[in-house]
Amino acid sequence: MKKNLSEDFSMEDSLEQIIQEKNLVYRPTRLMTGATLSYCPGCGHGTIHRLIMEVVEEMGIQAETIGVSPVGCAVLAYDFMDVDFTEAAHGRAPAVATGIKRLWPDKYVFTYQGDGDLAAIGTAETIHACNRGEQICIFFVNNGIYGMTGGQMAPTTLEGMVSSTTPYGRNVEQMGPPLKITELVAQLAGTYYVSRQSIHKAATVRKAKKAIRKAFEVQKEKKGMAFVEFVSNCNSGWKMTPNEANQWMEDHMFPFYPLGDIKVDGKLVKNVIQDL
Amino acid sequence: MKEIALIKGNEAIAEAAIRTGVDAYFGYPITPQSEVLEYLQLQKPEERTGMVVLQAESELAAINMVYGAAGTGKKVMTTSSSPGISLMQEGISYIAGAELPCLIVNVVRGGPGLGTIQPSQADYFQATKGGGHGDYRLIVLAPASVQEMADFVDLAFELAFKYRNPALILSDGLIGQMMEKVELPEPKERFTTFDQSWVITGKTADRERNIITSLNLDPELQYEHNIKLQQKYERMKEDVMFESFQTDDADFLLVAYGSSARICQKVVDVVRGRGKKLGLLRPITLFPFPTEVISELSRRVKGILSVEMSTGQMVEDVRLAANGRVPVYHYGTFGGKIHSPEDVLNAIEEKFIGGF
Repeated sequence: MKKNLSEDFSMEDSLEQIIQEKNLVYRPTRLMTGATLSYCPGCGHGTIHRLIMEVVEEMGIQAETIGVSPVGCAVLAYDFMDVDFTEAAHGRAPAVATGIKRLWPDKYVFTYQGDGDLAAIGTAETIHACNRGEQICIFFVNNGIYGMTGGQMAPTTLEGMVSSTTPYGRNVEQMGPPLKITELVAQLAGTYYVSRQSIHKAATVRKAKKAIRKAFEVQKEKKGMAFVEFVSNCNSGWKMTPNEANQWMEDHMFPFYPLGDIKVDGKLVKNVIQDL
Repeated sequence: MKEIALIKGNEAIAEAAIRTGVDAYFGYPITPQSEVLEYLQLQKPEERTGMVVLQAESELAAINMVYGAAGTGKKVMTTSSSPGISLMQEGISYIAGAELPCLIVNVVRGGPGLGTIQPSQADYFQATKGGGHGDYRLIVLAPASVQEMADFVDLAFELAFKYRNPALILSDGLIGQMMEKVELPEPKERFTTFDQSWVITGKTADRERNIITSLNLDPELQYEHNIKLQQKYERMKEDVMFESFQTDDADFLLVAYGSSARICQKVVDVVRGRGKKLGLLRPITLFPFPTEVISELSRRVKGILSVEMSTGQMVEDVRLAANGRVPVYHYGTFGGKIHSPEDVLNAIEEKFIGGF
């Protein structure tokens, strides 16, 4: 039942009266370190970090969880998420995670990677870790651009999209079309759960969290690779306000990168060939 | 009783790894060292000791699997040959920066580029001066026999964990491929008693989170980190290892490691048979380099010849050690050719004119 706050509280109530356990509707996860995020206002990284940590907290697996951070904006992810971490070289996170998981088969290992890291320089490691069915989670943040180095073309940059290295828009004749790596890995036998989510609205945040939970559950049951893509914005790189960036993402990114589960319980639930 | 086997150098590395309790091997095939991965897979080490063996999709992936796995504080290794080791350099730099113990074996072949699959010692610079980016050093061991291929696996891990630093065994295609009688190492429990305080295990309530990284964006911190690394490399000098053959009364000195040292041993015997006083100093650790003993010998001999299967790499370190006191020459074939004792004898006669 929805609460009408005005019925419970009046302007005369002191803050002490309001801030009480019985009135709690949301508690930030204890597994974010509290360090000030280094991300731009409006960026999705902070929300995705929080969702992962909420799931780790709810599953009670902090003491068994090891993260692998990428090269890119999330290079300092270990400053914000309160779990053991290994920093990986650019693109190598799935190989690094493979090494950790093979030695600690009963622990939870996840990588956190951007599109340049995962789908350009690290393509081989991504494909082969997925193909081997490594028992890890890959969290893949796709904002269609290299954020940290200043907005260059990524493998996921849309056709015609302007970036600092495609100042006249991405010319697919010359540079190839954007790479749908998530549809690609979904076709490999080693992936058990593949999903594409976004975190730009309250409702999509809730769905994204469910996908993260599902990914960790797949790892718990040792079913195979769990791969979750988050289509996200890069308002700084896109040269837009956060609101404009979210709107542009809905109008342009989502049609090319449609949201939803792609593979569930080891079975394709979408026609990925058509989506390619 | 010791177990004796007649095996290849590459197989000795693999058998020693299983016996001495190595926890994981990640590798990629390349000639002339593919027998390591082949032997390991044949031996089913996951059944013998629980050792993890995985064929990676590339040397890049292999070294990064080593990097990830080394963060668990266990004994992790890879092997490759020259072009593959070049491909691993980024990862090795990260491992050195993050101060992770591990073992890398380079069964060297002739270069540059794709080069040849024949033996060479032309990766000395790469092994001892860094190889990847940044100011770092590896602990470098140079085996001269199949026996030492077997023995140095455990030794390398002892040193790697002592200093929390990657160790490299610098072998070559000759030692990797040749068969010799070997006393196999005593089996060792797959358990390490080394300091585990820095290891990624999952954060428990009683400690801060452990982070394996080589990143320090603040130049002050990176500066401090570099000083700490340099101090560590300085401390490694206490583990310098070398072997002397008839150097006590030597008038002339050969300096050679690995295969070349085996060839030079023969040369010393031949020259001594002719009544001439030739000695051989064999560095076993190439880093730390036995600078002090060469420096001391350079005060007693009339000349030094550095013999290596390269166009002259170690000779630079020998010259630094001799510091101009006596002439230091280089001799060696390269590009996959192996010098014979006669080749070295001719070089001695040519270089040490009047000496003999």
